[in-house]
Amino acid sequence: MSKCLINNNIRTLRFMASEMTQQELADRTGVTRQTMVAIENGKYSPTLELAFRISHVFNKPLNEVFSYQYDEDPILTKKTTPKCK
Amino acid sequence: MDQKERQIVVNLIATLVTVGLYVLYVYQKQVAGNIEILDDFKFWGKSFLWLIPVSIVALIIIHIIYAIINKIVTKEDIPTIDDERDRIIELKSIRISHWIFTTGFICAMGVLAFGAKPSAMFIILLASGFGSAIISELVKLYYYRKGV
Repeated sequence: MSKCLINNNIRTLRFMASEMTQQELADRTGVTRQTMVAIENGKYSPTLELAFRISHVFNKPLNEVFSYQYDEDPILTKKTTPKCK
Repeated sequence: MDQKERQIVVNLIATLVTVGLYVLYVYQKQVAGNIEILDDFKFWGKSFLWLIPVSIVALIIIHIIYAIINKIVTKEDIPTIDDERDRIIELKSIRISHWIFTTGFICAMGVLAFGAKPSAMFIILLASGFGSAIISELVKLYYYRKGV
């Protein structure tokens, strides 16, 4: 199983939003609480739709809720050998 | 263990119990002492066809009992929605169970091609169907626990 490279601040944002519960956030974004737990723990990367919904609930831009570890991405860090003519 | 994982375990047990009891029932009622019946296509056709309604009814009853016990013990309702994560896990488990059943089907045809009795083919088909159902639930459990 590939390592999850997407981090999130959902726990912090829930705390800032008057200690919103996982169930409440799950209900507002149309998923189960188990899925929200999995996202918070980095065990599941949400689809773009769900990610936008979560950021909309917190009224924050997407990149303040989710961040990507570019330096650990195996494709982006792959060193390509330059072609010699 | 969360709600979904408990449901999978219940499915797993229900499948094991239903198919196990059905096979035992058919064996004791028809096969024991009359082994020639295994070469009768009508027997296999009826056995396979009866397995469908029996397993559906048994699964419904087991799930109703589980829902009642779950409500009493945890005071929680069973989630009625299937979200995107559930669908991804479902698709992954279906893909693996299809591979297992297809392998079983090929083996069943293989034993026929090598001259085995038709009963061997039916037994392999039944075993691969049962195995694929069990593996499908185990794969789901694995993905729910480890993450997708």
